[in-house]
Amino acid sequence: MPRIDIDAPGTSVLLLGNEAIARGALEAGVAFASSYPGNPSSEILETIVTVATERNIHAEWSVNEKVALEAAAGASFAGIRAMASMKQNGLNVASDFVSNLVMTGVGKGLVLVVCDDPGSLSSSSELDTRNLCKWMDIPLLEPSNSQEAKDMTKWAFDLSEELGTICMVHSVSRISHTRTNVKLGELPKTENKAYFTDIYDINKPGRGKFTTIAGPAELHNQLHQKLARALDKFESSPFNQYTGPDKAELLVITSGACVAYSAEAIAELKLENKVGVLKLGTTWPLPEKFVEKQLARSQKVLFVEEVDPFIERSVMELAANLPADSPHLTFYGKRSGHIRQYADLNPDLAANAIANIMGITYCPRDVHYDEEATELAKASPLRSLELCPGCPHRGTFWAIKEALRLDGRDGFAIGDVGCYSLGGFRSGYYQCRISNVMGSGAGISNGMGNLRQFGFDQPVIAVCGDSTFYHASVPALISAVYNKANFILMILDNSATAMTGFQPHPGTGKNAMGEITNIVDMETLCRSLGAHVDVCDSFDIKNTIATLLRLMAEGDGSKVVVMRHECELLRARREKKRPYQVHVDPDKCIGEACGCDRLCTREFGCPGLIWDKEAGKSKIDESVCSGCGLCVDVCPQGAIIKEAV
Amino acid sequence: MRTLSKDPLNLIIAGVGGQGNVVMSLLIGNALVRQGYCVGVGDTFGASQRGGSVASHIRISDHTHYSSLIPSGHADIIVSLEPVEALRILGQFGNPDVVTITNVRPVYPPAVVSGLATYPDIDELLKAIKKLSARLETVNATDEAIKLGNPIFTNVIMMGALIGSGLLPLDKKSLEPILQEYFPKVFDMNMIAFNKGMELIGKG
Repeated sequence: MPRIDIDAPGTSVLLLGNEAIARGALEAGVAFASSYPGNPSSEILETIVTVATERNIHAEWSVNEKVALEAAAGASFAGIRAMASMKQNGLNVASDFVSNLVMTGVGKGLVLVVCDDPGSLSSSSELDTRNLCKWMDIPLLEPSNSQEAKDMTKWAFDLSEELGTICMVHSVSRISHTRTNVKLGELPKTENKAYFTDIYDINKPGRGKFTTIAGPAELHNQLHQKLARALDKFESSPFNQYTGPDKAELLVITSGACVAYSAEAIAELKLENKVGVLKLGTTWPLPEKFVEKQLARSQKVLFVEEVDPFIERSVMELAANLPADSPHLTFYGKRSGHIRQYADLNPDLAANAIANIMGITYCPRDVHYDEEATELAKASPLRSLELCPGCPHRGTFWAIKEALRLDGRDGFAIGDVGCYSLGGFRSGYYQCRISNVMGSGAGISNGMGNLRQFGFDQPVIAVCGDSTFYHASVPALISAVYNKANFILMILDNSATAMTGFQPHPGTGKNAMGEITNIVDMETLCRSLGAHVDVCDSFDIKNTIATLLRLMAEGDGSKVVVMRHECELLRARREKKRPYQVHVDPDKCIGEACGCDRLCTREFGCPGLIWDKEAGKSKIDESVCSGCGLCVDVCPQGAIIKEAV
Repeated sequence: MRTLSKDPLNLIIAGVGGQGNVVMSLLIGNALVRQGYCVGVGDTFGASQRGGSVASHIRISDHTHYSSLIPSGHADIIVSLEPVEALRILGQFGNPDVVTITNVRPVYPPAVVSGLATYPDIDELLKAIKKLSARLETVNATDEAIKLGNPIFTNVIMMGALIGSGLLPLDKKSLEPILQEYFPKVFDMNMIAFNKGMELIGKG
């Protein structure tokens, strides 16, 4: 596939929304890019990395989103165009900094890219981060395809620089993870020189990059003036467009991924001559004069947008201030119940809403076929999320399960955010009974670990991944040691930020560019904080159980167990072959009669193990098995055999 | 450029996480763009764990972009790397004119292995898929891939079958440079797998 920096203006290439955002930043001359991995935003920095050396760009995975944005702001203050990208949850981590950054303003163009995940396809929460722009006065751009993702990102740098404030480009999963044609623009040939000159002057708020008491109120006032200048530009922006008849029976106002859903729904319903679409690309501040003109096209307005009624509320506010003799408008959307206020949308939901308002029925396919297809498809068993074959976390959770059972005090685990979130599901033997945001496993354990005076004696095990540990668990561990909280923090170190695509982190010794760098050693760090540290191999189930039992029996203290084993997908990628050939000896396998009722296939549950109904024995599925050999240690009959490859 | 049988032409590539359907849709998408088409490839994947149902929606047009998701009942071609996934997709996106090309080797969800859910009998399953398709092509892709030395070739075999079916405005020549770019070190092996797929559908 072509490199992201091909110098071929006018050429059409197929780009993922996230690749298009990266290309837009390149076309704007971005020289500093930072991020923390998280679906659906990760590919933005990964794409920049592929050309960073040649284009003299500093690209980094920061330890978390707040540091990523702070680092990008530092570059901007010193005269370098910078971009920080993150997923919606990450913006929460960064938002404290954003609240002051909007006060001080920026230096060179500073763009914040936030990728929301409506429908929580790969997230532990559902948020509409556009709301932060209203809250913190940030100009907001919402691309509706890869072309706009590129063009808007490029423009956002100019806008940020001209206004002197940070601008947000807001994407969603269906934009970030969809590939469409993009016509490339020119790549600039700029030499960047970094130098910081601002000096704080108490008499001139706005000079210097300094916020302190008394000053911010005036800075807030200045920020509103910046927003007013943004509004001026938005009123004539080509990113806002109406398509449809001059006068429409229904006006659909939409943005982002919903632009295409709405257009497709109207075409499906053959209502092109009756229903118009107002696509908004600059959604905060709302270009009110432009929208007011469009509202004159129809007395019925439907809002099609994902998650919160963001545009819907802005337009209703505008409508409340229209001249008294304006025609009465009827609004449809989340408030009326035509569009759901949660999860992602799709063309069907848009078509149903439009059809309902227009008094027709939407029938996507032959009714008889529909009935038959719906009935026959019921035979498809659902596929739940599972830990991969060969996943070291399977060994860890098996050991936690066994250790807590043997301890016998109804101990439990508290999960965190990563592949090991599956610790709360079948794949992790339901061991995690609580899971919240990154780092909160250790945080919540601070509370659970200080309840002795209330008679609490259940063992508490917090699990977090290696990347999560650095991201947000360290302050919780410091607090635990300081406040003498009793729990075991298990750091599941699989040598990567695995769930988001194996990005390196401070413990891996590699940076975003793949260069060798300093290792922030987690054992040394934890010991320096005063925590007791053990290290186990996730595949050594016996030793892990013994370690956990010892730590639980020993009593009080904040203890750390580093569970170390490389992610199987990384190993397989590097070694390109299985470590073992694994098979079940049918003479030894006792099938249904096995002590725990088919321990391997019913309890242990690795997808590489299947059940041969006819033979009544377990079997290895060679197209799925990773050859890790973990099941060999689990089988009580010694019926699973591994042979080194 | 060959003309499209329909505009947009809607293709769904389905499978189980880890089988390589995202790569397959990326390669086909790029080949189509190089032939001058407007293409949309919407991947439905979440966390990178393996084992979940995954599908890519590919919209092909000679003049415009359509939504990243195909409306219900509007698939023209379904290619599935796993048979139950073909049935699942037909359940939502099938219609009386749809053509289905499916791999026949099941990937059993752990819930089935543990006895919590049932996987349909393979003959019944293929019968249901056939009933819901105007045309059905079955390909024994996983077994052929294992014969080639690695089940990883399943997706490229299925890609060969899709191109061999003649349903897309693409031929072997348009895919060759794409495979060369994507698999620079293992191009030859992938070309063998691709040809195997074409052969299995009768176009070798």
